[in-house]
Amino acid sequence: MTDTTFVPQPPLDYLHDGSTLRSWLLTTDHKRIAVLFSLSITFFFFIGAVAISVVRLELLTPAGDLVSDDTYNKMFTIHGIVMVWFFLIPSIPATFGNFLLPLMIGAKDLAFPRINLLSWYLYVGGAAFTVLTLILGGVDTGWTFYTPYSTMFSNTAVLPAAMGVFVVGFSSVLTGVNFIATTHMLRAPGMTWFRLPLFVWAMYATSMVMVLATPVLAMTLLLIIAERWLDLPIFDASRGGDPLLFQHLFWFYSHPAVYIMILPAMGVASEIIACFARRKLFGYSFMVYALVAIAVIGFFVWGHHMFVSGQSPYANVVFSFLSFMVAVPSAIKVFNWTATLYRGSISFDAPMLYAFGFLGLFTIGGLTGLFLATVPIDIHVTDTYFVVAHFHYIMVGGSVSAFFGGMHFWWPKITGKLYPELWARAAAIAMFIGFNLTFFPQFVMGYLGMPRRYHVYPPEFQVYHVLSTAGAAVLGVAYFMPLFYLIWSFRHGARAGANPWHAKGLEWQAPSPPPHENFITPPMIERPYDYRPEDVATARDMP
Amino acid sequence: MSGFRLTLPEASRNAQSVDIAFAAVFAIAAAIFLILFVLLVVFAVRYRRGAPAAHAPLPKFLSREIEIGWTVATTFLAIFIFWWFVGGHGLPPRNAPGQIEIHVVAKQWMWKVQHPDGAREIDALHIPVGTQIRLVMTSQDVIHSFYVPAFRLKQDVLPVRSTELVFTPTETGTFHLFCAEYCGTQHSHMTGEVVVMTPADYAAWLRRQPHGDTLVHEGEALFDKFGCGACHSPESQVHAPKLGGLFGSTVALQDGRQVKADEAYLKKSITDPRADIVAGYAPIMPSYGQYADGEDVEAIVAYLKSLPKEGTDRD
Repeated sequence: MTDTTFVPQPPLDYLHDGSTLRSWLLTTDHKRIAVLFSLSITFFFFIGAVAISVVRLELLTPAGDLVSDDTYNKMFTIHGIVMVWFFLIPSIPATFGNFLLPLMIGAKDLAFPRINLLSWYLYVGGAAFTVLTLILGGVDTGWTFYTPYSTMFSNTAVLPAAMGVFVVGFSSVLTGVNFIATTHMLRAPGMTWFRLPLFVWAMYATSMVMVLATPVLAMTLLLIIAERWLDLPIFDASRGGDPLLFQHLFWFYSHPAVYIMILPAMGVASEIIACFARRKLFGYSFMVYALVAIAVIGFFVWGHHMFVSGQSPYANVVFSFLSFMVAVPSAIKVFNWTATLYRGSISFDAPMLYAFGFLGLFTIGGLTGLFLATVPIDIHVTDTYFVVAHFHYIMVGGSVSAFFGGMHFWWPKITGKLYPELWARAAAIAMFIGFNLTFFPQFVMGYLGMPRRYHVYPPEFQVYHVLSTAGAAVLGVAYFMPLFYLIWSFRHGARAGANPWHAKGLEWQAPSPPPHENFITPPMIERPYDYRPEDVATARDMP
Repeated sequence: MSGFRLTLPEASRNAQSVDIAFAAVFAIAAAIFLILFVLLVVFAVRYRRGAPAAHAPLPKFLSREIEIGWTVATTFLAIFIFWWFVGGHGLPPRNAPGQIEIHVVAKQWMWKVQHPDGAREIDALHIPVGTQIRLVMTSQDVIHSFYVPAFRLKQDVLPVRSTELVFTPTETGTFHLFCAEYCGTQHSHMTGEVVVMTPADYAAWLRRQPHGDTLVHEGEALFDKFGCGACHSPESQVHAPKLGGLFGSTVALQDGRQVKADEAYLKKSITDPRADIVAGYAPIMPSYGQYADGEDVEAIVAYLKSLPKEGTDRD
């Protein structure tokens, strides 16, 4: 045995730095909390998916022959509540945001590591409680909880479900506050605001929206609880309340919530596209301004959910105008991503395939938003499958594609292993095909007048529902594939170096997986996305 | 898969203008999508890794100017679409002479329709082609939504409040009527049909229908039943606002506001009288919201609307 005292042991990576259950459940390491979040959101994702599978199977035939009306209504309610609040909203911020934000700015952890852990406990506690309520008791209001149905007429477990969602909201706020404080306080020396990767900017903008909008949701849910439980006439029109007040409050949160879901996806796409095109992101500063503009204008468009609600036609015109305005920064981002490819050196690894999918599907989702911002068209297609298709193109085509893109892009960093590339590409392509087969027919049947949340429907819509269910089957298989090959990769995959993609960004300067303190040597701060033209794949960055 | 189709009948004037707007926005959206798609494919092929095309610095013209250029262009395009399709068409149509006013009451899970002459029907709406129709709608319970895809029209139906739909059917036939706002267990069963008939057929149909009392008469009976006249009749000793000719007038309120006495105001004054106190009167009227249901209120409002100005007695 040689004397080892002169060879410093590399620190243990975060996955092996403690192996007891206690070391995981009481951890304050942002990376471990990110892993806890990703395991829990994956669990809830599959619950939401099972619920919608029942719905899609029922819709194979026009008659209600598989489940009862009530069961059908409870199933789409489970799908909506679970997917929006327990999957999409925490999806990218609480997993990749948690894991990467400190790494990307050269910090050791988030500003408030214990609050970070509290955020996970609030999330898991609230979400598990709500899901138990949804499964054991059932709620039939839809995820929107519209009054007076939810407060005066529904006989289902609205009260505990609203309480559960209320609790989960605090998790959002805590994560948001933590990210904002971290971005302000813990940037490494030299990491100026305009050197931040767009993913960090996206997290920052998302956090602002979370912190400002979520309290409104909390108040709205409290008002529901007050009317349902204490019989305070807040939304009861016959006692001086106003049912539309609920819709205003609800959408004042829930429209910005759409940006909580899509801004992080934009951040992920920016990182992936720059890396796999080997290009500095085109129009970096405009991309930053566009993110901030979307976050700000997003607060002033909620009334476009209410064009047929009975709100003033003049309000409709104003909200329509603002909705067209919010389309502009989104379009700018799409143009910039496309321009980033120009004179690039593009490779088509799985993350890039997901990013391409994101780009195409988000564009379709955004362009169909133009139809919905146009008041006369919206009057016809709102509350039909056209709207269902539109927001799934944004939230699933956009956000979930980016989520899987990010999952593959940072998988080597998170686990220290390489995933099987061929399987990953196959899953990306299957997801893209399955998605379009599921949701494109919904645009058509929506325009033809098929209302959403219908258990039974006129037979002329059946062909579209059959196509959609077939697509959902493909999508289901595509979602299961990563579950298997990523678990396989975690156990048996080849070891990844610190920077398998030769990517820029501080997170790639840390070892894979990073140790508890993240960086062994202080990271070198460079200009963002400094992919010089000659910087094609070399072994320069290999460990 | 019976009756599969790719197009939807255009059975109202509004339907035609919505379809034109849809086609125009579709053309713009498709053009943008195609440009982006072609660029993506061309870049993806031409600049794939290992391709001969130059992986070189960007040319000079791709700078801030082009970024500002497409930002401004996109903004103008968005404003243009807004101005063209919303500016002129976002507001509801004006009332035309000869308009037929039909009352619709929504409840879990049915549509109840009352024609001006008292004819009633459930889950169906018979109307004559070529005549402007005004639907005055209210709900007895939760929020519903009256949706006729063939007319490209939809309007939520709210408890206590009245909402309206004004349209002119242009094609005879039978069309779907859907409830489009989720309203509970049997939401998807809350459907019916809209039958657009020639005016002659409509007249004949009306005659065949079992007629209830007209809404005005029904309202008068309820007015008596609830004893409204005890305070509101011209002879009453109680200091209460007089109701003759009230509909359509402007009312000065205690708190200084001026409101137009429309259907919504009348309804609110019955169900929640203390919300808008008329200037010079004490807030003594109790709420009738718990005694009179949506249909009752609808009838009383119809009766109030029929009352002439004081001095020009009706009988």
